Amino acid sequence: MLEKRVVVCLDVKNGRTTKGVRFKDNRDIGDPVEMAKFYYEEGADELVFYDITASAEGRKIMIDVVRRVAEVIFIPFSVGGGIGSVDDMRSVLLAGAEKVSVNSQAVKNPAIIEEGASLFGNQCIVLGLDAKRDSEMKNGYRVVINGGRTPTNLDALEWAIKAEKLGAGEIVLNSIDADGTQEGYENRLTRLISENVGIPVVASGGAGVPEHLYTVFTEGKADAALIASMVHYRKYSIREIKEYLANRGVPVRMVW
Amino acid sequence: MMKVGVVDYKAGNLKSVETALRHIGANFFISDRVEELSKADKLVIPGVGEARAAMENLASRGLDTLIRDFYRSGRYLLGICIGIQLVFEHSDERDTTCLGLVKGNVVRFPSDMGLKVPQIGWNQVRVVRENPLFKGIESDTSFYFVHSFYPKPLDRSVILSETEYGVVFASSINQNNLYAVQFHPEKSGKPGLKLLENFVEL
Repeated sequence: MLEKRVVVCLDVKNGRTTKGVRFKDNRDIGDPVEMAKFYYEEGADELVFYDITASAEGRKIMIDVVRRVAEVIFIPFSVGGGIGSVDDMRSVLLAGAEKVSVNSQAVKNPAIIEEGASLFGNQCIVLGLDAKRDSEMKNGYRVVINGGRTPTNLDALEWAIKAEKLGAGEIVLNSIDADGTQEGYENRLTRLISENVGIPVVASGGAGVPEHLYTVFTEGKADAALIASMVHYRKYSIREIKEYLANRGVPVRMVW
Repeated sequence: MMKVGVVDYKAGNLKSVETALRHIGANFFISDRVEELSKADKLVIPGVGEARAAMENLASRGLDTLIRDFYRSGRYLLGICIGIQLVFEHSDERDTTCLGLVKGNVVRFPSDMGLKVPQIGWNQVRVVRENPLFKGIESDTSFYFVHSFYPKPLDRSVILSETEYGVVFASSINQNNLYAVQFHPEKSGKPGLKLLENFVEL
């Protein structure tokens, strides 16, 4: 049986891992390569790196980080943040990432999903989708970009379905309302998207305790769950989280 | 020391196979040239992507014939992901004639079972025939899969392991000197590295 994935997210700025509520109050919490190795050995099923540096200089540093991460971990990892062209995708994939994720740039230019999928395969292309509750939208959630600061006219579900048609192989679905709260994932949003697309959905935003992963897998129908703060500050180990899930009957990878 | 040739036929990224082989200390080289690869002691056929493009890329470099000859010579081969699909006779992915080393064909996961296709993620590999590729790896260990199609061998005795995703399918096979796996050992953590090591040590 296919297992539910526990995915650790690292925000990288100028070659260092940072954490705050995304884009705000970022604190240096370590070297991304060392942290990647640590989580790999702890049993993370996958890693996600977001480059939150805006400069060209920072971009070069990020590629170097990706290259060094690829040398020390032997599980899949994806890289996102500032990916605006197929050349950006290529450089990240050639540096050793398994997947590349597009977010704001895909909203502005949806063709990048199609181009990326036809060049590198659907399985390589992840759509990062930031959604915010909004009763004006048809299905109750609006797509927002630029880290949640800029609203778009897109309905979150409609955008997810369109991205799948364009060739996205997976969706990382981040709830702007839940992000940084540590009060639980937005299960209703996750379920809405997951039940209406044929590609895996990775829930993101709001994880604080292992029970939150349990509910997003069961009620939210997520295929994978993203965690950050709850492991970065050593509040929980990956093993503790997975043992909790396994004890409650969620299939997770226990041998690594 | 045995030298492993990794077939580069421009089907996807070889970086992760390369770093995994380097990590386990394998003596290997990557090439797309028949004259170099034919001198290898073992062959790895990696790759992600799509069957027809993969076969066309192999054929345009004469690598399809090389792989057939290599198999006949009795030297060990390991196909990974699309590599397991190419060794069969036919793939339903764009109606592609494959290498035909193993009897059987490659079919798509059924779309009417509510399953997400491709299968992406970790799934258990149940070993059904004791074999040196899985030496030191417990049955039901999880490996990382990314695929929409799976192999259906005609002769079930070639099946080394089975995995369940809506259907129970052959997740690895062995026929004489040919080994092939549907999952990605290079992305499957320590058990995956162990499997690659086992292949290198055959």
